[in-house]
Amino acid sequence: MAEFKEIAADAPMSEKALTWIDNRFPLSKLYKEHLSEYYAPKNFNFFYFFGALSLLVLVIQIVTGIFLTMHYKPDAALAFASVEYIMRDVPYGWLIRYMHSTGASAFFVVVYLHMFRGLIYGSFRKPRELVWLFGCAIFLALMGEAFMGYLLPWGQMSYWGAQVIVNLFSAIPLIGPDLALLIRGDYVVGDATLNRFFAFHVIAVPLVLLGLVVAHIIALHEVGSNNPDGVEIKAHKDEQGRPLDGIPFHPYYTVHDIVGVTGFLLVFCAIVFFAPELGGYFLEYNNFIPADPLKTPAHIAPVWYFTPYYSMLRAITPEMMYALIFCVLAAAYLGATRANISNTLKAVVIGSAVVGVALLWAIEAKFWGVVVMGGAVVILFFLPWLDRCEVKSIRFRPDWHVYLYAIFVVNFFILGYLGIQPPSAVGERLSQLGTFYYFGFFLLMPWWSTLGQTKPVPDRVNFVAH
Amino acid sequence: MSETTVDTSKRTWLITSSCVGAVGGVAAVVPFVSSFNPSERAKAAGAAVEVDIGAIKPGEKLTVEWRGKPVWIIRRTPEQLDALKKVEAQLADPESQRNPTELTPEYARNQVRSIKPEFFVGVGICSHLGCSPSDKFQMGPQASLPDDWQGGFLCPCHGSTFDMAGRVYKNKPAPDNLEIPPHMYLSDTRLLIGEDKKA
Repeated sequence: MAEFKEIAADAPMSEKALTWIDNRFPLSKLYKEHLSEYYAPKNFNFFYFFGALSLLVLVIQIVTGIFLTMHYKPDAALAFASVEYIMRDVPYGWLIRYMHSTGASAFFVVVYLHMFRGLIYGSFRKPRELVWLFGCAIFLALMGEAFMGYLLPWGQMSYWGAQVIVNLFSAIPLIGPDLALLIRGDYVVGDATLNRFFAFHVIAVPLVLLGLVVAHIIALHEVGSNNPDGVEIKAHKDEQGRPLDGIPFHPYYTVHDIVGVTGFLLVFCAIVFFAPELGGYFLEYNNFIPADPLKTPAHIAPVWYFTPYYSMLRAITPEMMYALIFCVLAAAYLGATRANISNTLKAVVIGSAVVGVALLWAIEAKFWGVVVMGGAVVILFFLPWLDRCEVKSIRFRPDWHVYLYAIFVVNFFILGYLGIQPPSAVGERLSQLGTFYYFGFFLLMPWWSTLGQTKPVPDRVNFVAH
Repeated sequence: MSETTVDTSKRTWLITSSCVGAVGGVAAVVPFVSSFNPSERAKAAGAAVEVDIGAIKPGEKLTVEWRGKPVWIIRRTPEQLDALKKVEAQLADPESQRNPTELTPEYARNQVRSIKPEFFVGVGICSHLGCSPSDKFQMGPQASLPDDWQGGFLCPCHGSTFDMAGRVYKNKPAPDNLEIPPHMYLSDTRLLIGEDKKA
């Protein structure tokens, strides 16, 4: 608890007002802690725009979303027409809606780049594990938000996309069908489903999202930002205890971020005004057809930001199950013969492998497809404990690590591309290889990240004043 | 702090009341989760549908809605019926043995999966993730299908294929054949979907 501060009677009005507030609410304290005296490393590069930009997009989505709910009707009989009404009759409704639909895709663009930044510079490493975990939870909430929001226009893609994803849950043994029923609130995707998705999309998930964003930022400001060199700036401080390689977030990075915001808004507005559908990637053509429960569109694919995961779902065929069983057996063999662990642990490894193989045999491929798709997101949560490289930043890792990361990115794009395409024999094989690479990258990381000769890490950050 | 001793009887009561409070808190979740279940109105919907099949020509399909799902009625041509025998080796479950009580009523547990060989009645929902497969009645090579295609259905979502009796091909994402709804013939041209003689 802070001391009550008295102020001279002849002090200016503004100072008196601030003191009055500060005695009752930590306004100056918060301002200093999070802005004027939050020291961020001075060597931030391009990739450090995307944290601030995702906050900007969050604001765009909340504001445009509020205005859309004023005209939208969450009713299976009215929803599609109410969206068209917003587009045609509500003054500037088209703009608000296009900002919201483009904002959804923009959100994933900036968040993917933000996550990629964390991945390559080791921003998830000790002591920033919780920053990363909160971030992964935000990503998960964002996926839920995007998925449920996509049902609301009640077009063909909305309807069949929801049908497919809700049916994923019915693949879970024993409780699956009842769980899917609980989510839909009806035996098919219908009015009840639309109404509850609306509630989740506009109230429940945004509240969770906001809470997580606050937790993400509080955790970040507690430990301090990482930087492209992965060097702790707190190791070198001046006499006043300020990091030598840090600069106050405000005014330096607030002004710096304005450049990023300007660049972002240029692209964002160009898309909103000139190509709001972006060739069917941001708004799919089939979604301009009202939902028809009797007819699936000839080609159904999720929106681009889900397609890498969708590819992995499609990759799990009964044939792929043999490959998975082989992987489990190989892992168990290596664990039992090569790993440096006690005999009891080895018995546990063999035992769990036997159980794992039995489950892979017993339960159908469809369920494992769901597990793989969910696992692809969940595995991100474990990253802080998977990476065991001596250095944080990719800049000082062995060159071949860089290639592994590069292949990971290319692989992610290929999986994304395949998820957009109609199913084909070649695509199936490619997506299976891609799935192996994606999981191999993470699951084998405790092994490969320790290999190779790292480069010397500098004491201070690399920075050339300009 | 260190001089205070633990009053065990107070602590026992604290733990007890916390546990009772937690039980109450969990119980309060029940009505909210239950409200996710289908409402009485949703349960009541789903009456049987009567269809006139007299106008369907050989090789044509009629789709009707039953419980919100598409039900297909297809009048198969003799060539299509012949093809059912040819593809049997490539099918995952040609005899409809899997989950027979849920998927295939007793009167349809045969090679053609129907009461009358000519008419196929099935729910047009893929057993994988609930998409409605597209008609691919044309035989022969075509996009997304094998070159020796004998006619059937292709699910646009994940590429599962089915023959003209809704039987799923091997090594596809879909685990099961298409569901056959309970149905019965009221006369030669009147079909009732949603009820059968047993019920």
